[in-house]
Amino acid sequence: MRPPISVSDKAEIPVSDTSPPLVEMTGVTKNYSGITALDRVDFTIRAGEAVCLAGENGSGKSTLIKILAGVEPRNAGTVAFNGTRHETLSPRISADAGVMVIFQDFSLFPNLTVAENIAFSSQLAHSGAFYRGGLSRDLAKKTLERVGVDIPLNARVEQLPVAHKQLVAICRALAMDARLIIMDEPTTALTEREVKSLLTIIRRLKSDGVAVLFVSHKLAEVLEVCEKVVVLRNGAKVAEGPATDFDSASLTRAMTGRDVAETPPDPLDPSAPALLEVTNLAKQGVFDDVSFTLRQGEVLGIAGLLGSGRTELAKALFGLIHPDKGEIRLKDRPVPLGDPLRAADAGIGYVPEDRLTEGLFLDQSIARNVAVGRLDTHDKGAMLDLKGLWAEANDWLKRLTVKHSDPEAPVRSLSGGNQQRVVLARWLATGPKVLILNGPSVGVDVGSKSDIHGIIRDLAREGLGVIVISDDLPELLATCHRLLVMKGGRITDEIAGRDTDETDLGHRLAS
Amino acid sequence: MKLNLARNEVLVALVILAFCALAAASDPRFLSIPTLTDLLRNGIILGIFSVGAMLVLVSGGIDVSFTAIAAFAMYTTTTFLLEHAPGLPWPVIFAISMVLGALLGCINGVLIAVFRLPTLIVTLGTLSVFRGFLLTFVGSNMISALPPEMRNFSRLMMFRGTNADGSFFSLPWAFAALVIVVVLTWFILHRTMLGRSIFAVGGSVESARRIGIKVTRTQFFVYVYVGALAGLAGIIHASLSRLANPFDLVGLELSVIAAVVLGGARLTGGYGTLTGTLLGVALIVLVQNSLIVIGVPSTFQSITIGILILVGTGLPAWQAKRQAARSA
Repeated sequence: MRPPISVSDKAEIPVSDTSPPLVEMTGVTKNYSGITALDRVDFTIRAGEAVCLAGENGSGKSTLIKILAGVEPRNAGTVAFNGTRHETLSPRISADAGVMVIFQDFSLFPNLTVAENIAFSSQLAHSGAFYRGGLSRDLAKKTLERVGVDIPLNARVEQLPVAHKQLVAICRALAMDARLIIMDEPTTALTEREVKSLLTIIRRLKSDGVAVLFVSHKLAEVLEVCEKVVVLRNGAKVAEGPATDFDSASLTRAMTGRDVAETPPDPLDPSAPALLEVTNLAKQGVFDDVSFTLRQGEVLGIAGLLGSGRTELAKALFGLIHPDKGEIRLKDRPVPLGDPLRAADAGIGYVPEDRLTEGLFLDQSIARNVAVGRLDTHDKGAMLDLKGLWAEANDWLKRLTVKHSDPEAPVRSLSGGNQQRVVLARWLATGPKVLILNGPSVGVDVGSKSDIHGIIRDLAREGLGVIVISDDLPELLATCHRLLVMKGGRITDEIAGRDTDETDLGHRLAS
Repeated sequence: MKLNLARNEVLVALVILAFCALAAASDPRFLSIPTLTDLLRNGIILGIFSVGAMLVLVSGGIDVSFTAIAAFAMYTTTTFLLEHAPGLPWPVIFAISMVLGALLGCINGVLIAVFRLPTLIVTLGTLSVFRGFLLTFVGSNMISALPPEMRNFSRLMMFRGTNADGSFFSLPWAFAALVIVVVLTWFILHRTMLGRSIFAVGGSVESARRIGIKVTRTQFFVYVYVGALAGLAGIIHASLSRLANPFDLVGLELSVIAAVVLGGARLTGGYGTLTGTLLGVALIVLVQNSLIVIGVPSTFQSITIGILILVGTGLPAWQAKRQAARSA
């Protein structure tokens, strides 16, 4: 029997099941020129509830968000906000119902202040023709207090770190009286610690009656604040249930429709010779006294939070940053510092974190992207041996199972996982001895991710030395023989991959 | 207060002070009321143009056609009045020229805001078209017999006097037009949602669309407003120089954009201040009029302006880059 409820403590009652849900979608279907992007999907979310919408790229997640936000019309099915059905939706109707989407790029104005970014939409809706800076600041201040964070109101958004930009975007949604905040891939750009503080804020919002829908393929992290998980695959809902029923493995199975078991790497041959030796590498204010040895066929992981110097170290190894002192030796021959061309000549390859801006020519063809590192080996006098070049490029595309319809199609048309394979192919074509991978599976879906891990293990088996830099702990555990933990620019810990697990490693990182 | 050298405004103000100090050292007569009124008078046209150009840069575009709009509006208004209504009072004359300018601005606005064509290409095109149309169909003769009201306007002085050494000085009321334009633009930019939307659109068009800013309307307003300002600047120019010359004004656009960029507006959009713009105008006017005082031949003008642009925009950019590298 339910205890009697007095009106006065209404705020504390848990959401009752009789009130109409915030959002109720039934049988929602969406076709794009013959392709079914969403197939009779039912979906509900209640006030104060957090739901995780999981699915690989192309599973229909984005389509579902767009329909909810009123950006795309549906072909069939019903949508009701707070029990009121809407035959057609528009961004206006959705916004009035409190449905706010926070896109991956946050859609903020880099040139405006924090206060103005938070208050802009609300002022646009309520303020008429005139702008009142004072009102803006008051609203922004109140919203930031509601979320419980302290960001200077007058700072320009372009100067904020990513995590703060995200908070500003959340605050902007709240300033518009958001009742449901939809977050598209909220954790991809955040480190573990930042994810934790985001979760604290989400809990706070939930107790405030705000519903949150996480749309993500990096799930384990948000699972703990979610009540419910909904999994989409090929446009259809394939699983739904309480978050406690899911773990990483079962989620992955639901998303991919297959078992993606990650096997740790083969043990390393104890007699394997040293390949890369780094001694006392230092760059003032960035990293200090870094020494380690990478052996042939070994996968070495460097774990560290953002700002730990992990990326800078990787760049220094490849010559993109000039260290102040120290030595890098490859097969007992010194590698010149601060010179990427000669590092590449010596046999070091570097796959950057942000492949979109640093690693690929997005509008150029797939084959050209693979071949670009090989131009000099295929030159015949003043001309290029194009035939040989293309044959080699295609060979690598095949070996790395890049799914493409045409090697002449632009790289932009590939999925994240396949783009990453193209970057790998480019480097492997140059025949490196050491490959440095910075965030090898950032923005890649679960299925491709385990494929990429398989490729890394294969490469090591063939005798390549691989350094993996990542803050994705399961990834490090799935690929690395040995792990270095980096903190404040120094290597603070060294562990064999087999002797640790995610919790232990997470603890070592954050402590 | 700590001086922030990474800000263009501070940098430009320091250069202006240094310039004045140098000029005063080489010729004590430089620091006098006639010099000041000359500078203010010479800054009117450049100033009004620059305020408009700054607005366009803030919105994320660039406009090079405003000088052609100014010449067109000014010359067409003058010839029309001489033929049909030579006796109209000057406020009406100004209004006609501004409306003409606004109409030409509409053409830019339609091409840029509605058809979403690149702003530089559009305004390069309209610059040529407006100018060619003016010279071919309206006329190419200089007119020195202006409508009497325009001449009367040019004689309206805020103050006039004679210096101790006998040099004559005065400041025309036309200067008030610049003041009004600055105040009005400041109000639009900082006190209306339209103005904030101009900043927002310049910061990120996509984000602006997503939160429901009417991007087309905002951009359209910018080009119409700039057209009207150009019409105003044109008619004032003709009145003050007592000559309607259809070949005038075009060619000024690069000096104007130089002044605005020196003042800290970014070509990528979203940034620009009125203070910076006015300081930039002051510096350009100083260089154009007073370089000779510090013993630099006037042929060095464009070299000096070029160097100022390179240093004035390069230094802050370089400092920002160093700062970013340090914090990365």
